[in-house]
Amino acid sequence: MKTKITRRSFLKNTSLVIAATAFSGSFTLFNASPARGDSALPFKPHAFLEIAADDGITVWVGQTNLGQGTHTGIPMIIADELDAAWERVAVKTALAAEPFKDPQWGAQVTGGSTSIRHRWDLLRKVGAAARQMLVEAAAEEWKIPAGQCTARDGRVLHPDGRSLSFGQLARAAAQRPMPENPSLKTPQAYGIIGTSRTRLDIPDKVMGKTVFGMDFTLPDMCIALVARPPRFGASLGAFDEKAALAVKGVVKVVPLENRVAVCAQTTYAAMQGRDALGVQWSPGSRPDLDDAALDKIYKDYLEKPGVTARNTGDVAAAFAKAHQTLEQAYKLPYLSHAQVEPINCTAHVEKERCRIWMPTQGQTGTQLTAAKLTGLPPEKVEVMTLPAGGGFGLRAEIDPVVDAVLLSKALNRPVKVMWTREDDFANDYFRPAGQSRIKAGLDKDGRLTAWSHKLAAPSVMSRLMPHAVEKGIDPDAVSGVRDMPYALPNLLVDYVMVNLPIPVGFWRSVGYSANAFAVESFMDEMAHAAGKDPVQFRLDHMEKDARPYQVLSLLAEKGGWNSPVPPGRARGVAVTSCFESFAAHMAEVSVNDKGTITVHKMVCAIDCGTAVFPDGIRAQAESGVIMGLSNAFHEKVSFAQGGVKTANYDAYPVLTMSEVPEIEVHIAKNNLKAGGVGEPVFPSVAPAVANAVFKATGVRLRELPFKRESLVKG
Amino acid sequence: MFTFTVNGKKKQVDAAPETPLLWVLRDNLGITSVKYACGVAECGMCTVLINGKARRSCVVSVEEARESDITTIEGLPDNHPVKLAWIEKQVPQCGYCQPGIMLQTVDFLSRTPNPSEAQINQAMDDVICRCGSHPRMKQAIVLAAQMTAKQGG
Repeated sequence: MKTKITRRSFLKNTSLVIAATAFSGSFTLFNASPARGDSALPFKPHAFLEIAADDGITVWVGQTNLGQGTHTGIPMIIADELDAAWERVAVKTALAAEPFKDPQWGAQVTGGSTSIRHRWDLLRKVGAAARQMLVEAAAEEWKIPAGQCTARDGRVLHPDGRSLSFGQLARAAAQRPMPENPSLKTPQAYGIIGTSRTRLDIPDKVMGKTVFGMDFTLPDMCIALVARPPRFGASLGAFDEKAALAVKGVVKVVPLENRVAVCAQTTYAAMQGRDALGVQWSPGSRPDLDDAALDKIYKDYLEKPGVTARNTGDVAAAFAKAHQTLEQAYKLPYLSHAQVEPINCTAHVEKERCRIWMPTQGQTGTQLTAAKLTGLPPEKVEVMTLPAGGGFGLRAEIDPVVDAVLLSKALNRPVKVMWTREDDFANDYFRPAGQSRIKAGLDKDGRLTAWSHKLAAPSVMSRLMPHAVEKGIDPDAVSGVRDMPYALPNLLVDYVMVNLPIPVGFWRSVGYSANAFAVESFMDEMAHAAGKDPVQFRLDHMEKDARPYQVLSLLAEKGGWNSPVPPGRARGVAVTSCFESFAAHMAEVSVNDKGTITVHKMVCAIDCGTAVFPDGIRAQAESGVIMGLSNAFHEKVSFAQGGVKTANYDAYPVLTMSEVPEIEVHIAKNNLKAGGVGEPVFPSVAPAVANAVFKATGVRLRELPFKRESLVKG
Repeated sequence: MFTFTVNGKKKQVDAAPETPLLWVLRDNLGITSVKYACGVAECGMCTVLINGKARRSCVVSVEEARESDITTIEGLPDNHPVKLAWIEKQVPQCGYCQPGIMLQTVDFLSRTPNPSEAQINQAMDDVICRCGSHPRMKQAIVLAAQMTAKQGG
C-alpha cells in the first residue's frame, strides 16, 4: 500500500498549475509554483523540480522551513541524482498540494522527522528521472546512443568532449516520456549528498529579509487577538464591547464560541482593545488543579490498573527467580513548546476562494479546516506555508486557522490572528507530564532477567488520531518503553491513560522525550546495581552489532568513555532508537558543594543512515543537546486554580549562553536509507546528564527538571 | 506625531506616546525584522540600536525614542562583520531570534572588541534562542571580532 502511493505520486508527472496571484502595488507573491508552459521554464518534470532555459534549477519544497535544514537537504538529494551544478540550485516553498503529501501518511505534514526519510526514494527518483530525460534529449540531438552520454555539473557530455547545458536541453527533455524506473546512483557516486554545503535559507535570515508568519501582511488586513478561557472549562461571561471599540484603531469585536476576538488596525490597538474588554469568565471545570494536586493525581493514576502494551516472556516468574531486584519511580513535567515565534495565521476568505498564509506544520489539516468552515472545496483553499520561528510540533494545530477563517468571513477582509507570548503559554498543547514505576531483576551474573514498567500519562493520540489508540493504548505514550533498544527476555509494559482537561500535543520526539529519561536512567541504576560499566552493561543487553549497539560503541570510542576523566568530573551515557535513527549521548559534569551542576561537555553520536547534509545534522544535534539540557535543568509548566500559571519566559526559563557546554557530534558513516534527525538527537540528553550526576555524587535524580536540593552537601 | 531616524532615514509616525517602539517599527513602518516574542524584555528578539546602544524595543515607548537614531538589521551593511560571521558560521536555524541577537552583538563588540569566552557568556546570557544555535553564535561573535579588528574598526 505504501509503495503504491509513492509510485502514484511519483509517476503522475505532476505539474502544479496555480493561477498567479497578484496583490495591489509592489506586493510580491510568495513562491507560487508557476504554470507549466511558461517560456522561461521549459522543463518541469515533477512538482518538485523545474529547470529553466538559463540553467537555473528550482526545487519546490512542501515541507515547513522550521530551520531544521531540510530546505537544503531536499534540494541536495534531487540535485545529486540530477547531476546538477549546485550553485544553480534555488529552493522555494510550494503552495500546499497533492504531490507534497507525505507518501506514507497521505497528508502534508512536517513532523516526526519525516521530511526526508519518508521521501528518500521519491526525491532521488525525481532527480534521476529528470537526468535521464536530459541525457536522452542530448543523445537524440547528437544522434548517438544515450548510453554514450554522461551528465555532470548541469551539462550532458558527448564522448568527443562537446556538451549541452541542462537549460539548452530543457525544452527537448520536456517532450520525452518520464521514465518509470530511472536508475539511481550508487552511494559511491554521490557528489552532493553527504558533502559540506551551506544552508540556502541562511543569507536571508541573517539579512532580516525572511518573512515569517508573524511578519506577513496584506493590504487592508486586520490584526486580531482573541480572548480565550483562562482556565480549563471556563465559560465566557460578560465583556465590555464599547470599551474595546473606544480604543483607537480597534475595528470590530467579534464574539466566537466561548471566546471573543478584537480586530484592529495595529497589533498594539488589538492588545489594548482586548484588555479593555475586561472579559468575565466562570471558575472553570477543575479549579482544584495546581502543581501539587497534579502530582497527587498522577501518583493515584499510577496505582490504577493499566492496560498491557507489551508482555514478553514471564516477568513474574523471572522476578521470583531473580538474584536481585530494584524498583524506582520517575516523574516528568508538562512542557511548553516555547517556540519563539508566537502562533499566528493569516486568512482571506472570498466568495470563490480562501487563502491562508501560515507557518503551519500541517498543511492538509489547515486546508481541510478552512474548506469545512467556508464551504469551499479543498482545492479552492490555497495554503501558503511561511517560514516558522520554531514549531516543535505545536504548529500542526488548527486553532489559529479556525479563528482566522471565521474572522475573515465576519469582516470580509484579510485577518491575521496572532497570539501573544502569554496566549502561547496559556493555550499550548503541552508535552504530556508522566509518572512511571519500574522494577527490574538481575541474575547472579548481573544480567537483566526482567523489566516491568508501568506508566501513567495523558494520551495525545486520543485527540489527534483516535484510530491509532487501540484497546486503550496510545502508541506514542509508550514509545521508548515497549520498543527500548534492549533485547530483554521478560518485559512487561503497562499503561494507564491519564484523563485531565489539560490539552496535550506533539512535542519534539513525542513519547520518547519523556520515556527515554526513565528507561535510560533506570538502565543506569541497574548497571550500578550489577556492578557493571554503564556502557558495557547496555551493550551486553543489545543485539550484538545491531545499530543501537554500533552507535553506542561509536559514542564510547569517539567520546573517550574509557579515557581518564578530568579531575572533579564524571561521565554518564544514554542511548535511544527512534524515527528510524539511533543516537547516544555522553555527558561530562561536575557538581559543587552547593549542588550546582556544571555540564562541561556533551558528546553526541548519531546513526541516521545516509547522512545527507552533515552540517545540518550537526546543527540539529547541537540543538538537541541544548533543548535536552534546557529540559533537564529548567523546563516545567506550572498550573494554578485550574488554569496555566506559567505566562512568559521569565517563569519558563530556557537554557542560555553561559550554560551551553562544549558539544561534540559524531555521525556514523553508512549508506543505509536516510533516517530522522531533528528528534532522535534529543531524548538521550537528559538521562546522560542525570547518569553523570549520579556518578559524580551518588545521588540519583529521578525527576525533571532536576531538583538540586538533594545535591547540596553538609 | 513622533519623529526619529531609522537606518539613516527620517521617519514620522502618529501613535499614542506609550506605544512600544516595537509595534511602531513593525506595524507603522513595516520593519518586520524587529521581532516580537515576549513583550517583556526577556528574550532580546526585538532589540534595535538606539543611538548605538542595544535596547529592547518592546519596552521603549515611541515617546522615549523620539528624535533618536535607530538601527535595525537592515541598517547594517550587507558586508558588516557580524552578518558575514553569522553566515560563515552558519548560525541561524529558524532564524527568528537572530536579528535582535546580532544587533546586541554589535553593541557588545563595540564595547568589548576582543571578548573572552566568559565575557561572551555574560554579555549574551540574556537572549533566548529556542533552536539552540548558541555554539555557533559564540564562534560567530569571535569571528566578527577578528574581522572587525582586521578592518581596523
